[in-house]
Amino acid sequence: MTHASQPVLEVEDLSIRFLERGRSLLAVRNLSFQVARGETLAIVGESGCGKSITALALLGLVPPPGRAEGRAIRLEGRNLLGLGPEALRDVRGRRIAMVFQEPMTTLNPVLTIGEQIVETIRDHEPVGRREARDRALALLERVHIPDPVRRFGEHPHRLSGGMRQRVVIAMALACNPAVLVADEPTTALDVTIQAQILDLIDELKQGGMGVVLITHDLGVVAGHAERVLVMYAGRKVEERAAAALFADPLHPYTRGLIAARPRRRVEGGERSRLTEIPGTVPSLAAMPPGCAFAPRCALATTDCTAAEPPLTSLGGTSLEDGRVACLRVGEFLVPNHSLPHARLA
Amino acid sequence: MVAPWLNRRRLRFWAGRLAHMALVVLGIAVVNFFLLHLAPGDAAQVLAGEAGSATPEYMAALRRQFGLDQPLPVQFAQYLGNLLTFNLGFSFRHGLPVLELIGQRLPATLLLMTASIGFAVLAGSALGVVAARNAGRLADTLISTLALLFYATPVFWIGLVLVVVFSVGLDWLPVGGMTSVEAGYAGWDHVRDVARHLVLPAATLGLFYLAIYTRLMRAAMLEVTTQDFIRTAVAKGLKPRRIALRHVLRNALLPVVTMLGVQVGSILGGAVLVETIFAWPGLGRLAFEALFQRDLNLLLGILLCSSAVVVVVNLAVDLLYTVLDPRIELAR
Repeated sequence: MTHASQPVLEVEDLSIRFLERGRSLLAVRNLSFQVARGETLAIVGESGCGKSITALALLGLVPPPGRAEGRAIRLEGRNLLGLGPEALRDVRGRRIAMVFQEPMTTLNPVLTIGEQIVETIRDHEPVGRREARDRALALLERVHIPDPVRRFGEHPHRLSGGMRQRVVIAMALACNPAVLVADEPTTALDVTIQAQILDLIDELKQGGMGVVLITHDLGVVAGHAERVLVMYAGRKVEERAAAALFADPLHPYTRGLIAARPRRRVEGGERSRLTEIPGTVPSLAAMPPGCAFAPRCALATTDCTAAEPPLTSLGGTSLEDGRVACLRVGEFLVPNHSLPHARLA
Repeated sequence: MVAPWLNRRRLRFWAGRLAHMALVVLGIAVVNFFLLHLAPGDAAQVLAGEAGSATPEYMAALRRQFGLDQPLPVQFAQYLGNLLTFNLGFSFRHGLPVLELIGQRLPATLLLMTASIGFAVLAGSALGVVAARNAGRLADTLISTLALLFYATPVFWIGLVLVVVFSVGLDWLPVGGMTSVEAGYAGWDHVRDVARHLVLPAATLGLFYLAIYTRLMRAAMLEVTTQDFIRTAVAKGLKPRRIALRHVLRNALLPVVTMLGVQVGSILGGAVLVETIFAWPGLGRLAFEALFQRDLNLLLGILLCSSAVVVVVNLAVDLLYTVLDPRIELAR
């Protein structure tokens, strides 16, 4: 971490509720986390676990039938929950910006790349056309787009997917936001390009920007995030420093995710079979009683289905400060425990 | 050395496109020629009928004079030969060359078409935008209902009602014609006079199309609003006005332009009706009369002229596409 751990983004007790045919469904429940300056927090989970809707909630973009509620989404000390539409608009793109998954469709096909960056600057800051243009060119350079002057006047369809994602990032950086939310920024890209984009985000956060990286791919997290928050069925089930999480995952769901990562074959070794977590994420309308993961968990006991396990701090019991929501976590924490990761399935 | 904008690629586009357009117009002319000759009766019969009686000798003389006694293939060859020299023939009925007759009437029709299409596209798009931005609310319901009403009401009925209300009842606008002949206006007074005469026919012809554009624009706006790049625009914190006009509207215009190209052809058909109701001295009414008088030279000339207009408008629409959507490029 390059800066003091002064959180730039604090989420307290965030819930996202959808009202559907008179029923109220919680897509995200009582989620809290913090992001420090210059830090990347990865939010990880399978699709349907609530991570993308959380990303949208950070910008006040939860789509209409849904509602974000809770204590606070505090950006640089200012609570975004309860801000009016115009105040929110002013914050969006200026103090908190977002990069989306699909660079092919996130850019407007009929406007030039330059126009799309310039309009972001000019809707937030009282700058003239020329200055905005110069800044946009500098931004294109900052995200390593070759020949920015030419690219400035081109339309998105002339660019490759990786280039477009760089443009989307340049657009997000237009007003030097305090927080960048990246929702699966590399999922739609080739593997070689993925690494470039992640390296670029790493490079950009050196200026002190906090990054929330949303992904289903733990491979993306390794080496690019300082901390990892694992979500399951709308709830945080584990939050740890990235290194500790990979070395010693605690929640059975996290273990499952790590085991399910495709790994490169060791030279001369046998190709290991891809393990998967059996079953699927429960639907919001039919949440199992107790721990939501229990029906898919090989370690579940009758206690697990009785009540939802509380999120307990590992402070004092482990090497670092983390949180896990699993009843049996105490059993895994015995010194030199040797629970095999693959026994899950 | 050619001008830089006229590079080889563009040159090829234009050469190919113009040849294509000429072929289409020629094809239409050929089909028209045979179609019209399928209809029973000819100008000689109509003239004879109007005269009350005629001897077979007189009719034969008329036919010889008009060239109608020649076998069909010979007439066709003559027609083609004339076409290639831009000679549209002679209207024996009016006693004038067809080209001159069309030249007299074309401006009136073009004025009516431009005014009604312009009205339909501009007002229809505006209403569609308002409806889409208030989707599901009262304004949307009102606009959509109104559009459905205009869409379902026959053009001639709308025309008659407008005349009854605005000309006869309120006496705001003239009943018909294009100018107040008796007033003898000149300069700006003339322009204002024509504009006053234009309001009702243009509105009558335009209302039906207005309904189409309203519905099309509403649907296109709603469709574009769900696109990812609109979510991006919102996430960038752009002002709502800019999002609506620059991001949504700009993309929603494409289907409207497509429809415009298709409809210019059909609006000429609608012009026949409206020009008749409002005594508008345009091509539509001329064609209508020519049809009943079996003035085939004139009718063929008008049809050729309108097909040329449609082909040219389609070219304009294609060019407009490349301006609106950079992904579309001129190619053949």
